[in-house]
Amino acid sequence: MAVKKFVVGLFDDEAVLFPAVKKVRAAGYKLHDVYTPFPVHGLDHAMGLRETSLHTAGFVYGITGTTTALSFMSWVFNSDWPLNIGGKPHFPLPAFIPITFELTVLFAAVGMVMTFCYLCQLMPFVKKHIFHPRQTDDKFVMVIEVTEKTNAEEVKSFLAGAGAQDINEQKAEAGWWFGRWDKDDEPYLRKIQTTNA
Amino acid sequence: MKDQFVVPARLKKTSFVLMGVGLLTLLIGLVAFRGEHSTRFWAGLLQNSSFFLLITLASTFFIAATTLAHGGWQIAFRRVPEAISMAVPVLAAILFIVVMILVFGGRDDIYHWVNPHHVAEDKILTWKSAFLNKGFFTIATILTLGLWVFFTVRLRKMSIEEDGWDLRPETGRKLLWRNTVVCGAFLVVFTLSVGSTTPWIWLMSIDAHWFSTMYSWYTFASTWVSGLALISLFVVYLKKHGYLTFVTEEHLHDLGKFMFAFSIFWTYLWFSQYMLIWYANMPEETEYFQPRVWGQWRPIFFLNLLINFVTPLLFLMKRDTKRNYTAVVFIAIVIIFGHWLDFWQMVSPGTVKDLVFPWFEFGLGLGFVGLIIFLVANQLTKAALVPKNHPYLKESIVHHT
Repeated sequence: MAVKKFVVGLFDDEAVLFPAVKKVRAAGYKLHDVYTPFPVHGLDHAMGLRETSLHTAGFVYGITGTTTALSFMSWVFNSDWPLNIGGKPHFPLPAFIPITFELTVLFAAVGMVMTFCYLCQLMPFVKKHIFHPRQTDDKFVMVIEVTEKTNAEEVKSFLAGAGAQDINEQKAEAGWWFGRWDKDDEPYLRKIQTTNA
Repeated sequence: MKDQFVVPARLKKTSFVLMGVGLLTLLIGLVAFRGEHSTRFWAGLLQNSSFFLLITLASTFFIAATTLAHGGWQIAFRRVPEAISMAVPVLAAILFIVVMILVFGGRDDIYHWVNPHHVAEDKILTWKSAFLNKGFFTIATILTLGLWVFFTVRLRKMSIEEDGWDLRPETGRKLLWRNTVVCGAFLVVFTLSVGSTTPWIWLMSIDAHWFSTMYSWYTFASTWVSGLALISLFVVYLKKHGYLTFVTEEHLHDLGKFMFAFSIFWTYLWFSQYMLIWYANMPEETEYFQPRVWGQWRPIFFLNLLINFVTPLLFLMKRDTKRNYTAVVFIAIVIIFGHWLDFWQMVSPGTVKDLVFPWFEFGLGLGFVGLIIFLVANQLTKAALVPKNHPYLKESIVHHT
């Protein structure tokens, strides 16, 4: 990813945040993201995010699990190590169903959790820039990207008009990078430090 | 806001035509199935009357379960399940007449345990006769039907009476409390009847030698998912005709989720019943599946699984189908037909034995559908479509999934 410039504004209340999000979109500014301390109902619609495809991924993981379970068990009991168990046939479908079901659920659940983490860029040993420490506590943080077409000062006064507090401008890495939570700052900061030393 | 339902002439005509078809089929059946063929006549009646009674009773269960769970989302259309449940008294009367004729009418082709000679010669039936006898059958039937009708009518009456109350918090608390008490008492009755004894005596005793502890739950799951489909059909019908202003696709989405979930629940019970019997492979248990899986009924047996599991699973999986009125109507009709077919394969292999095209059973079913449309449309006119004093009404209006 790349280092970009952002304007960050803090909101106290959902009731102020919602109209502000709408105003920002109507004014044509590029909304980077909105960070909230808890899931806010309907915010994704207000932000104009597209419907997630996570459930489609879940379906694909699910049928992968079904196929894996059925093909592995049939291979084991028919060609690799055929056993006579209680006189049942070598392809006892009813006996396979519970395991097939479990594996379907397991694949779907684990796959979806990992896909979700990947999409949100949340993972162990991965760091992301935090725009304001209180976004995980009690404040709603709106981040607007400053492109060539936007004037940072104009965005600041716009946010102040929409009810934001503590407005500031930040230069930050937009994506994730490898690093431990307690050290390994953003890559571009590291570079600056080495040149200074 | 259109809050008072008026039965459209077209709906009335449809219900009369369907009832006419049912009555005509009944008369043709009376002529066509005489003497030794009369088994099919009574099997068809037993299948249809029990199925349609139980799917309307599912509406009472819906009201009771959502009330006890303090669910607010369904209040905007609560008058719909209430109206459907008011078909229970009539259908209960029909079923009562049918089973009483089967038990006391001097015939033993449906319930062969009613014949004392069979019982005397048969060790299993002798042993079961403490439970499977005419007296117990009659008392249990009267008791369950009576209690179902009592609670259904009571819930409906309370709901209409509450329209004359007010919106003060104390009144709201009183309303919730007395509904909770009645619904709780009904659920005890429902669990002991539909959840255990009733399907045993009405349907499982057709195959009197056989037994399955999953049977009642299986019957419950079958009728409950069809009952939800029936509620969805009426909700969509009213919505399409400009009623139920507060009902949106959010409410429909939740009904769709219920249909999806309970189709899977039905399959879970279907499989649990089948797999244990398949695994143990004991003759007294497998005899039930012999005609269904390896006999003439094999295509129906697997069609049942296809219609009631695979179709709703794949169709209702997507969010958009659950929120689309036409799609919900389609799948609701499929589910009701599928579970009607399920009841057919529960009743007929043990009575009629041979697989025949079910024109008679289906004709009777159409008659029952007409009767339900007629009764429910009539009940819907008797009260406003929104229970305006219910404390959870606001929660239902702003409902959002």
